Amino acid sequence: MDIKVRVWRQSGPSSAGQMVTYDVKDISPDASFLEMIDVLNETLILNGDDPIAFDHDCREGICGACSMVINGVAHGPEKATTTCQLHMRHFKDGDVIDVEPWRAAAFPVIKDLVVDRTSFDKIIQAGGYISAPTGTAPDAHATPVPKKDADAAFEAATCIGCGACVAACPNGSSMLFTAAKITHLGLMPQGQPERDTRVIDMLQAQDDAGFGGCTNMGECAEVCPKGIPLSLIGRLNSDYRKAISKH
Amino acid sequence: MNDFWIEGEPVVDKAAPDGPVETRWERRKFAAKLVNPANRRKLTVIVVGTGLAGGSAAATLAEAGYRVKSYCYQDSPRRAHSIAAQGGINAAKNYRNDGDSVYRLFYDTVKGGDFRARESNVYRLAQVSVNIIDQCVAQGVPFAREYGGLLDNRSFGGTQVSRTFYARGQTGQQLLLGAYQAMERQIGLGNIEMNARHEMLELIIVDGKARGIVVRDMVTGEITTEFADAVVLASGGYGNVFFLSTNAKGCNVTASWRAHRKGALFANPCYTQIHPTCIPESGSHQSKLTLMSESLRNDGRVWVPKRAADCQKPAAEIAEEDRDYYLERIYPSFGNLVPRDIASRAAKNVCDEGRGVGPGGLGVYLDFADAIKRLGRKAVEAKYGNLFEMYERITGEDPYATPMRIYPAVHYTMGGLWVDYDLQSTIPGLFVIGEANFSDHGANRLGASALMQGLADGYFVLPNTINNYLAAGPFPSLSEQDAPVVEARKQVEDRIKKLLEINGDRTVDSFHRELGQIMWEYCGMERSEEGLTKAVGLIRALKEEFWTRVKVPGKGEELNQNLEKAGRVADFLELGELMCIDALHRRESCGGHFRAESQTPDGEALRHDDEFSYAAAWEYFGADGKPTLHKEELNFEYVHPSTRSYK
Amino acid sequence: MAVSGIALVLFLFAHAAGNLKIFVGNEDFDHYAHWLRTIGTPLLPDVWFLWIMRVGLLVAVLAHIWSATVLTVRAKKARPVKYAHRPKIQGSYAARTMRWGGVLVLLFIIYHLLDLTTGHLNPVGDSSRPHANVIADFAPDRWYVTLFYTVSIIAVGLHLQHGIFSAVRTLGQQTKHGERRAKAAASLLALALVAMYLSVPFAVLTGLVD
Repeated sequence: MDIKVRVWRQSGPSSAGQMVTYDVKDISPDASFLEMIDVLNETLILNGDDPIAFDHDCREGICGACSMVINGVAHGPEKATTTCQLHMRHFKDGDVIDVEPWRAAAFPVIKDLVVDRTSFDKIIQAGGYISAPTGTAPDAHATPVPKKDADAAFEAATCIGCGACVAACPNGSSMLFTAAKITHLGLMPQGQPERDTRVIDMLQAQDDAGFGGCTNMGECAEVCPKGIPLSLIGRLNSDYRKAISKH
Repeated sequence: MNDFWIEGEPVVDKAAPDGPVETRWERRKFAAKLVNPANRRKLTVIVVGTGLAGGSAAATLAEAGYRVKSYCYQDSPRRAHSIAAQGGINAAKNYRNDGDSVYRLFYDTVKGGDFRARESNVYRLAQVSVNIIDQCVAQGVPFAREYGGLLDNRSFGGTQVSRTFYARGQTGQQLLLGAYQAMERQIGLGNIEMNARHEMLELIIVDGKARGIVVRDMVTGEITTEFADAVVLASGGYGNVFFLSTNAKGCNVTASWRAHRKGALFANPCYTQIHPTCIPESGSHQSKLTLMSESLRNDGRVWVPKRAADCQKPAAEIAEEDRDYYLERIYPSFGNLVPRDIASRAAKNVCDEGRGVGPGGLGVYLDFADAIKRLGRKAVEAKYGNLFEMYERITGEDPYATPMRIYPAVHYTMGGLWVDYDLQSTIPGLFVIGEANFSDHGANRLGASALMQGLADGYFVLPNTINNYLAAGPFPSLSEQDAPVVEARKQVEDRIKKLLEINGDRTVDSFHRELGQIMWEYCGMERSEEGLTKAVGLIRALKEEFWTRVKVPGKGEELNQNLEKAGRVADFLELGELMCIDALHRRESCGGHFRAESQTPDGEALRHDDEFSYAAAWEYFGADGKPTLHKEELNFEYVHPSTRSYK
Repeated sequence: MAVSGIALVLFLFAHAAGNLKIFVGNEDFDHYAHWLRTIGTPLLPDVWFLWIMRVGLLVAVLAHIWSATVLTVRAKKARPVKYAHRPKIQGSYAARTMRWGGVLVLLFIIYHLLDLTTGHLNPVGDSSRPHANVIADFAPDRWYVTLFYTVSIIAVGLHLQHGIFSAVRTLGQQTKHGERRAKAAASLLALALVAMYLSVPFAVLTGLVD
């Protein structure tokens, strides 16, 4: 199939960017979206042009590196699918496809479609962990965890930290990301001692990083490739309310 | 002696204790020197890589009080490729009361490695496996549980006991996030200096000791020299030498190879694991391969058409009597559940006979029609629903209606930098952990053992053994002007300059693809003297072409993904040659290494313990010289070599 | 946002209930309006309660606007560069019109106060005869007033459809099942409120009330 892509090109963090149109000819419907960009890049290189920079790594939907807003939707049109798992068969011959980076102040563009997501690491640093230095652990069976809680914690823990929630949120908020970690750790008995400080500190870090506020619009959950539900934000809010009432 | 290598002195593991295997680790820990907690703050350790091994090591060393500097090429330590591991992690907890024990895990791992691993290391691995589970649970890793709230276990990879802990099909992700979070905690506390999007391009050796690395900031292109008292490589495996593999696109051998070029021995490079159940290539655009859990073979039946002429027909039009369920035919007792290497080779054989299906004839069917008939669609969906979805997402075919197509793909590399019992390489102060070293899996790795080894090394082994080395520190402080530092930096700068100046007419990827094809063809599932000899010639020619015709666009002082790739491919070209030479020298079949010349009359792998019961540790001898082979004899005091049989 | 919003929603229901008095009778309606001024007496002097209410509402409105402004400013700062391609948002219409809808509602409230509280914009404008004011307001020849009123009330309804759910979520509602219930309840309450408020002008317009 033959398509056109309009891609955001920005040579560096402080340069101005623009959408540039490229023709991609004879691409297989079985190619993934990133493979389509690979093919385009090979042509660009041989023509002496600068290839498109984009983040990607595992290409199997788990590392969370790939991050393209395709026709205005983070990770593109397929539900619960990362960009790397999106295939060209979901587009039609002759389509014009817009490709942009995640856009958020807390995710500044480094080059083209590559953004800096260090702010997510900062949120985790603030409290997204259970303090358990190596060697201090009791036997794994010392504390049983109800299956229901373990399963729910797992669901929340499947977040891949890609940032699509922020990219989609009209407020540029990272609430779903933070809520997923609060929920994962808050459901485990091991996570209880730090539960209050965790939610307070992570929310503070999130605000400090320049993310917007949450207004429960739900765009985040719509684009989340792992299907993290919006309801987790309610859990975070509840934890936060309880935590500040104690402090 | 021969055209390809020189035989040197044997290499000996001086750190390994002798005596009863059960107490070796205890005795080693006791004999190792300790570092006073107050002195640890004065000691800096560089850790390259943030996967299960690197992440857990960085966190643990920082908790112990060392100053840690961590580097990864990804934008966040959480994205290291350990995240993609699906199946699970083994531990000799014996929670099922099914007769498991440390000794049994040790036994299975030595045997599974086809008697090419060190007993001491494997025993230690089995011992600390139990601590890993405790540690991960304490960190909040949401392992699968039973209704009583206790941890669930499953049997994995053909073992007869249930010792595999798992978190649905995302065990690697959950374990890595545990290590990542522990690491982020230490970053927040200021004990780890994290440098994401930084690539190690050279090792700095001063007075014979590893004292630092040269790194490139992948965002700005700035080259800096980083100093420490010890350097830990946790940079993963080298499966991407095949271009198409289940590794992440960024996985590379550069950190290990730079160390190898500076004197670290590289052991058993030819031991690669090929996984039988991957989604086949769909065309020339293919950039990587995706693994599907081996558990599919529990209910799926593998077949190809009996006649090559039927291969173009849709599967549904091929009558039952025209199908060849070849695994069930050749291995009646194990059938579709034969080990990975056997299943992989059998698939290659039928495809070589022209009976493969799908694009390029590189695929075999994995059919669930019988399972759906027997168990009902609902039951199949409950067991494999997510895998079927993944398959459909990638191929656009519905596996409930048409059989899946699968083909083997490179998945893991057992070889790596040679290390002693302390996980120290032949360069003092350079430690190597996780998939990057060669130590525990021998010629073949068992399922659910990669995660175990990565975390064992990072949480429990290295943090104990590195003290013995660091006790002699802090070492004299270094400056940018020191000759070895200047030289290492210059090596990096010159190489980048050279890559950018060639400005030829072929892309980096085109070279990588071609190298991958050579490796897959001649150093893949089946290797022969003739093929390997040919491959060495082809790789040498390709290497020469690379250095004259590669086109790397852009500058060095910016984010330049092609420059990154070019440096990695240049190293893969050298590694590929060494892999072929290693495969050539090992005239036996063992584990992931199958030599066509060494098989039983029915086509099974044939080991030659009398000649090859050693680890082959190679010394670098210049890009165009011959590598030197140093043998480390393997002694089996507990598990005596026997022959596998799955008939 | 959530707390001030809930206070305002409670007021809206009380206000709507009062409005419905008009269907009982002209005198009753005027009597009700007069009663509002006397609540709390003799404990409080006349009209004090009303002023306390008014101050309370003003505080709630200001708090609501202030929070909304903070959120809007943060949102703008959080996305300094806009998307070149931004399709129709995938969530609800109500959720993505909160801000402009809120502005419209504010403009309406100002008009509404000048109209029926101070009487400045009312054709009758006699504070002792609220019933007459209402009838005059929605006279058929003043169809544009009815139209503006209707549009504004629908805006209030949409604002509440997302607002009530969002407030519940912000206060900690966290199950998927509860989410469905909260969304359904928010839609139902918003719809009920719109129906209650719109019944008055349309009753006047159709001559049901005069």
